Amino acid sequence: MQLHEIAHSRTGDKGSFVTISVIAYRPEDFQLLRQALTTQRISELFAALIDRPADRYELPKIAALNFALHRPDSEAVTRSLALDAHGKCLGSALLSLEI
Amino acid sequence: MKTVRIGAGAGYSGDRIDPAVELAERGKINYLVFECLAERTIALAQKAKLKNPESGFDPLLEERMEAVLPLCVHNQIRIITNMGAANPAAAVVRTRAIAARLGLHGLRIAAVTGDDVLAAVAVGGFRFIENGQPVESLADRLVSANAYLGAEPILAALRAGADVVLTGRVADPSLFLAPLMHEFGWDASEWNLLGRGTVVGHLLECAGQVTGGYFADPGVKDVTGIAHLGFPIAEVSADGCALVTKVEGSGGEVTEATCKEQLLYEIQDPCCYLTPDVTADFSGVTLHQQSRDRVRVRDGKGHPRPEQLKASIGYRDGYIGEGQISYAGPGALGRAQMAARILEERLSAARLSALRFDYIGVSSIHGDSLSPIAHEPWEVRLRVVARAETEQLASRIQREVEALYTNGPAGGGGATGSIRETIAILSTLIGRDRVHPSVQMEVS
Repeated sequence: MQLHEIAHSRTGDKGSFVTISVIAYRPEDFQLLRQALTTQRISELFAALIDRPADRYELPKIAALNFALHRPDSEAVTRSLALDAHGKCLGSALLSLEI
Repeated sequence: MKTVRIGAGAGYSGDRIDPAVELAERGKINYLVFECLAERTIALAQKAKLKNPESGFDPLLEERMEAVLPLCVHNQIRIITNMGAANPAAAVVRTRAIAARLGLHGLRIAAVTGDDVLAAVAVGGFRFIENGQPVESLADRLVSANAYLGAEPILAALRAGADVVLTGRVADPSLFLAPLMHEFGWDASEWNLLGRGTVVGHLLECAGQVTGGYFADPGVKDVTGIAHLGFPIAEVSADGCALVTKVEGSGGEVTEATCKEQLLYEIQDPCCYLTPDVTADFSGVTLHQQSRDRVRVRDGKGHPRPEQLKASIGYRDGYIGEGQISYAGPGALGRAQMAARILEERLSAARLSALRFDYIGVSSIHGDSLSPIAHEPWEVRLRVVARAETEQLASRIQREVEALYTNGPAGGGGATGSIRETIAILSTLIGRDRVHPSVQMEVS
């Protein structure tokens, strides 16, 4: 199934970082998120956009994971030439993952 | 048990004003906070101030103050905002004039200044956090440098009886933490309390983003009344626990899910959220839906504040030129790709850098690797963008895109173009002993 079915997400930016939360609708799905969304898998998914492996943080109290993706300096929000300079839409790409 | 009710009247500079009026009118709040200063906004405000020393504050300051000041005076609500931007002193003068015009006399209006550290960082061995380069290397291109101040100068203004506090660069959650420190007498070293107050500030600082804005996803996350989205209220008790809610009858919703999304918004390590006031720890925060549109927030923590302050530095980074044109119907994508190849050739000698082509409707947002093309799109909009050192060089792009009408593939339409100067932002760290916040009070 698609991640979109069991989790929701919000994307933000902080300088050169894009941050993406993934939050399970049901607390019991948190373990599934932990197993499926490894740092390696997320880093591979966004490989074309990032210049170092993703950081992953776990928040079991709210059944959520938080990812910080580092973009090259030329793609920081205030310099990027991308249409979505903030990277706000990246969380939606993550939710399309099959798990 | 005493509680303090804080409303968030704006989450960014251009935010809707009606929900702030609704809060002032019916929110039964003690404080109304407007967070209006994104990273780059202050550099743009600084440019405005250089042209006119009486400007440099938020463009919507007047409209907001006119809308909420009479209600806030009537309902004894104190206003805290970073709408002072690059010029809090001028914002105070303007606010005082508005108050006088509205017949509101005796209002105490404070400016918090001291965040401007441009003179200090332009010399003296500062380095950018992001790339390690000396700040001095961009000396002739620097536009602004502002240290993130914390809650303390706002607290000083509140203690001096300010009804309205206008700041420049202040860490967003500090705008909310200051009134809590003031009301509950929290000491600046009670780290857990400051951490909890920072959680409250973080949840509220984007206003509508915790009441169902930026959340709705039809069929999956449905939100009702979003056209009349209400802004949030936090009802905080002396131990730093809070209830997040909104004005009864306003649109949107406050749920555990909306609070979870906002709790993690723009956060890297949730254990270690640095502000000038505290190292806040969001990792153990619990959220509990008490009743409709009421979520209880507990278990934030805090650790000692960072030694140094962060400062954002704005610098001129050349120009960005852009052009767009659409193709539709059979073969739309092929004609857009052909147009891109033509532009690439025509612009090859134009002293542009980082030339980039996007196919809007196909892959412009997620890029080639993340955008599956299942079928030929009915319409495609080609976007071409590049950096240039001068405005004139940047203008070449829109001219070449327009020329595709008569010199390009069949059926192009809706060509547009733009040129903008880039003010880019980098950061540095500065010792607290180099930053001198102060408060100036005026009375209307």
